[in-house]
Amino acid sequence: MAEELDLMGQDSDGGSEEVVLTPAELIERLEQAWMNEKFAPELLESKCEIVECVMEQLEHMLSTVTKHEIPVNIWISASHEQSKNMSSLAPHFFRRATDRSREENLRRARKGDLKVSIHRMEMERIRYVLSSYLRCRLTKIEKFFPHVLEKEKTRREGESSSLSPEEFAFAKEYMANTETYLKNVALKHMPPNLQKVDLLRSVPKPDLDSYVFLRVKERQENILVEPETDEQRDYVIDLEEGSQHLIRYKTIAPLVASGAVQLI
Amino acid sequence: MFCEKAMELVRELHRAPEGQLPAFNEDGLRQVLEEMKALYEQNQSDVNEAKSGGRGDLIPTIKFRHCSLLRNRRCTVAYLYDRLLRIRALRWEYGSVLPNALRFHMSAEEMEWFNHYKKSLATYMRSLGGDEGLDITQDMKPPKSLYIEHFLPRWKCEQLIRQGILEHVLS
Repeated sequence: MAEELDLMGQDSDGGSEEVVLTPAELIERLEQAWMNEKFAPELLESKCEIVECVMEQLEHMLSTVTKHEIPVNIWISASHEQSKNMSSLAPHFFRRATDRSREENLRRARKGDLKVSIHRMEMERIRYVLSSYLRCRLTKIEKFFPHVLEKEKTRREGESSSLSPEEFAFAKEYMANTETYLKNVALKHMPPNLQKVDLLRSVPKPDLDSYVFLRVKERQENILVEPETDEQRDYVIDLEEGSQHLIRYKTIAPLVASGAVQLI
Repeated sequence: MFCEKAMELVRELHRAPEGQLPAFNEDGLRQVLEEMKALYEQNQSDVNEAKSGGRGDLIPTIKFRHCSLLRNRRCTVAYLYDRLLRIRALRWEYGSVLPNALRFHMSAEEMEWFNHYKKSLATYMRSLGGDEGLDITQDMKPPKSLYIEHFLPRWKCEQLIRQGILEHVLS
């Protein structure tokens, strides 16, 4: 896989420039985005381009693999009824086979199978990371849906969004679905002055004061740490490259967005 | 005492461990709504009395009923919302088709919410690119081994295993 992938990057004046990544670099970026998303208490900036490129990469890998693959006869212990269900998943994969033909198949296996196996394993791994990343985001979107939507509504021109267009649609549908449900089942049967519930106030916000572990990628100077209690005063710290810290998320949130630190 | 029924709804859910969905307490909900109606009407008449009849002494009672109304609403919405979260979790656990035992515990409106949620999720997953998008309800655990008995790729049968249709043979 010597081809390189184009990723739209942003330079410092906000204009777009193309950043060319190798597949390995792309997957590294995916893993970084995944870990940041896992450990950050709030929904982070949407990384559409990475998701798109990884999907393309997975498809490319899949087409490479299926070119070299031998159809394997499958032996399943299942009732006829159940196997009807399964054959709707992928008809060409589900076939009954006797033990003998299974052995024949395995004997016929070419040496290329090992490469295919490893290829497949890598695909599985990448797919897991991507799925986990997207799941993590959806979970946060659902958990904080009024705040996520409010943030998007009040976003300024040029500011990057925390929601991809599809996530935005999902969030709006989730909100509409939930509001409609609550209204029809309970709220419309309540006294007139109580029928409106302010979801922004009822649904908890993400706790930005929670502590996170991080590793510093780019040296930072004069980071202001705000006091937690009234007795403390705020103080200033420097973050050395390569050092690791346990710190309140709120203090370093912009550094996660800029890539200066990596949550671990 | 006011709000007893509402508290009972909340307690009912609090007692049910995560992942479990008790039957929808339609009766309980109805009783809470009735109590709210009664409180509201009593307050309406007292407010009129206080305003026109100069009965300022009624004001604490009015405030108290108002607090009860707010508490009733809060408990009700919490009950309904928590159930939605449990139902949402079912989509991720069991897939699009819920076991009958669980369906019987859901109200018709909850079923409708679930159907909308499923559809929304499916639309989102399809949009992720490629021909069919990406089913992110699969691959819930990092892959350890690739094949099950070297017969079926794991990624094809995860959900079927969870539903009990397939069994992972570990010989």
